[in-house]
This record gives sequence, C-alpha cells and structure tokens, in this order.
Amino acid sequence: MLDASPPFDRLPNKPGVGYKPQHFAEIMADPGPVAWLEIHAENYMGAGGRPLAQMRALAERFAISVHGVGLSIGGEGRLDPEHLARLKHLIGWLKPASFSEHLAWSTHDSHFLNDLLPLPYTAATLARVCDHIDEVQEAVGRRMLLENPSTYLAFSESDMLEVDFLSEIATRTGCGLLFDVNNVFVSATNQQTDPLSYIDAFPLDKVGEIHLGGHDEDEDDHGATLLIDSHGKPVVDPVWALYDHTIARGGAKPTLIEWDNDVPEWPVLAAEAARAEAALAQLAQ
Amino acid sequence: MTDQTDFTQALLDPKSAVPDGLVDPQGRPAPKRFDVYRNNVAVSLTDALETAFPVIHKLLGDEFFRAMAGVYLRAHPPSSALMMYYGAAMPEFLRSFEPVAHLPYLADVARLEIAIREAYHSADSTPIASETLGALAPEDLMQARFTLAPALRIVTSEWPIHALWQFNMAGGPKPQMQAQDVMIARPEFDPVQTLLPMGAATFISALGQGETLGTAFESVTQTHPDFDLSATLGCLLGASALTSLTIGPPT
Repeated sequence: MLDASPPFDRLPNKPGVGYKPQHFAEIMADPGPVAWLEIHAENYMGAGGRPLAQMRALAERFAISVHGVGLSIGGEGRLDPEHLARLKHLIGWLKPASFSEHLAWSTHDSHFLNDLLPLPYTAATLARVCDHIDEVQEAVGRRMLLENPSTYLAFSESDMLEVDFLSEIATRTGCGLLFDVNNVFVSATNQQTDPLSYIDAFPLDKVGEIHLGGHDEDEDDHGATLLIDSHGKPVVDPVWALYDHTIARGGAKPTLIEWDNDVPEWPVLAAEAARAEAALAQLAQ
Repeated sequence: MTDQTDFTQALLDPKSAVPDGLVDPQGRPAPKRFDVYRNNVAVSLTDALETAFPVIHKLLGDEFFRAMAGVYLRAHPPSSALMMYYGAAMPEFLRSFEPVAHLPYLADVARLEIAIREAYHSADSTPIASETLGALAPEDLMQARFTLAPALRIVTSEWPIHALWQFNMAGGPKPQMQAQDVMIARPEFDPVQTLLPMGAATFISALGQGETLGTAFESVTQTHPDFDLSATLGCLLGASALTSLTIGPPT
C-alpha cells in the first residue's frame, strides 16, 4: 500500500505520456509540459523491485492512468479471475486517477496472444462485452474507460457500427470511453470510412481521455492503403487535425502521447506533448 | 460466424486458412489484413523472448534465435498476460530442440536468465545486518534458522554458466569447462550474480528449507569436506540474501 492516497483523483485536461522506465530521471527532474503518466497495468504486476519503487515515487508527483492491455474484455470466454484479481490489487495499491482497457480480446483458452484482436459488432457480442465490463467495474470498484480499437479487417456478421456499439456499451454499463484519435484515423483508412463522421457521431461527453500515437503504412491484397497501429513514430499531421476537431467539439481532455516501440529520447516525447499542450491552449483562447 | 477458436488457431498457424467471414471493405476475403494480426502476435512474442534471453540470443545469433522463437511461441504461447514471466518453458524446449542438440549448456543458461528476471520482479525485503550474525555466540549461531530473501535464486549447473553469462554480457574472459553454481540476489533493484564456492548451493538450499545453520553445515561437509562456511555466509550477507533469523526450534 502507498502510505497515503495520491493527491490526484482525476487526470488533468493536459498532456500526459506513456511512461517508460528509461525516462524516470528526466521526468523527475523536469517533466516539461507532461502533467500525468500512463502505465500498462501488466508491467506493474510483479511483486516488487524497481518497477514498483519507481511508480511509488512517480505517483506522489503525477496523476497516474492505469491502462490494461491483457483483460480480454472482448473475449468469448469468461474473464480470467486471476488477472482480474491482479488488476484489483494494482488499482487498490496505486489508487490511480484513471483506469482504462480496450474493446478487444487477447486471451483464448488460457492462451494469451499479446495483441488487441478484433470482434464483430452484433447484439450478442454487445451483451457479452457489457457483462464483462459490469464484472470489471464491480471487481475494481470504480468506473472504467473503454478504448476504441484500431482494426485491419471487418466481420461480415457485424450489423452495428463501431461508434453505435461503443455508445451503447457506455449507456448500458455506465463506463466512460477512451478516444484514440490515431485509432480512428487508422480504422477509417483501413475500413474506407470517414473519420470526421466517426468523431461527430461519437459520444464525446463520455470521453475521459484521448490517445494520440503514430502508425505505419502498408498495403492490402488489392493495393489499398493499410495503416498499422504501431506506436513507434510521431503523430502525423492528419491525426493532429482530427485531434483539433475532436477537442473543438468535445472540449479539452486529458491527452496522452503513446509511444511504445522504438521509444525516443525524452526531449522528442516531450516535444509531442508540447504540441498537444499548444492545441489545448489554442482551444482555451 | 467467426469464432475465436478458429481465429486463434489461424493466428498461431501461418499455414492454416484465414477463417471465413473476415473481409475487406468490399466484403472480399482479406488474407493480408489478417496477416497484420499474425505478424503482431509473432513479432511481439519473439521480441519478448529476445528481451528475456539476451545471452541465448547472443549465443545463437539474431536470425537463428528469431526463427527458433517462432517455433517456441507456437508450442508455448503465453499462459498469462504477464509478459515479464514469458518463456518459463525455454529450458525444457532447448533440451529437446534438435537443431541446438550440440549446445547442451543452453538450457542451463536459460535457467540462469529466468532466475535473473524472477529476482528483478521479486518482492522487496530488508536484510539482516552482518553485525547481527557477528554478535551471536557460536552455539547460538549453530542453532540459527534463516529466512532467505524472496529474490534469492540458486542455479546449479554442470556447465560454466556464470562464465558464459559474464563473457557474453559483461566482457568477461573466455569460459573454461567447469561446473558452476550461481546465486542471484537483489541487494537493491538490480539482480547481482555470485559464483558460489563448492557445496554452497546445497548449504543455502538447506537453510531455505528451514534447517539450522549447524545441521546445514554438517550435511554439506559430508559431501564437501572443504566447505568454506565463513565465505558462504559472507556471500549471503554481502548480497542481502538473509532477511531474518531465529534461534532454536522452528517457529
């Protein structure tokens, strides 16, 4: 247990970054525009050592967002009770300002596949996801945020739009939403739909956090552009433009720069956060 | 309907067909799109194994290691979302993976690398001070039972695993053929390896099972008459490996 509750009960409407241990000293010395940090829950489920010690120190100074990547909320099977218990323990210990997970699945038959896999959007999958979210919110004793995915293909059985699927989940379960603008751009490109329409249809009043990240570019079997959510590059200009549109419509939100692969030196990451800070400042004028 | 059993099987087996019902925006089959998921799974798990086994990676070379990881991850996909512990079956995999049959020490090197990772993520603990031991009367010392630090790991081997690790990771001299037992402890946050004197692994294991220092010492001297008690206690204290002691019968 931390000695006292961290003084942060919510994420500020400012830039945050995905925390990487190699940036610890620089963040503690001068975080620049970075007002909060996000961690992947699973990396802090060990019993002790440096990861937890660093988090103890950071949580005294920064609001922390715990972002799970392994709960498999979109899975066909039951949620893994052991993983749920680990999550409950981490959240009870760290008392983060926010907890979020993905509209995706990653575990099947006790095999963890380490990727965020897609699901069809139907009445049956909607009911199942809502049951899982009810179970998670009950177990961890707080409201969670659910993130819109990057998708590379579609299910012929889907009969709901993703934006309606997510809206309905939020209505039924009371959960909030995490709006990943890069995922909107990646999915809209891959599904050949309009990202602005997606943003305009999205219930932004339920969004508690925004993600921005980089992606890679490839082609599908027919030569169509296929974007891949790689989190290994700067945010591209079209995604910044969609971000401006999002906050103009939905207001300022806690905004995370996600950079998980080929992680750059701290100044590069801080510069991305500064760009988000400038966009938020522009909005305030 | 596309169920997750078919999806998972197709993910892990690149030769199997893409499940029906997965399509591009025009409703056409989309094998290259499905391959993005296949690639994400294989690459992310291969990267996790490379992070977990840097010495094995170096010994085998990048191309061989990544090809082997592709075989491993399909035979042993992770059983939990805690990637920090992924690869626990690597020693047994290496023992039976025919292309590395000529490198019989690899499995023990993998055991060492797993022990280092486990130590890194183990619970914190507070060591007893060396003065605490020094202040004991000799007869009390012989009756002392110890609790070992949660991070403590002992890896015994017929092979020079400590020298192999040092040679590949820390610029140590070329390994000479000899059996080596290694203790991994975590005085602060970084696991520290100590090459143990002969018999020390047996002695420390006996302490870990709750034997008194005297009993552990007597049993180890039967197989190792030259066992150096003070050097071994020095290793344990120096590595912050002892966390409590009681005198007398087990509590």
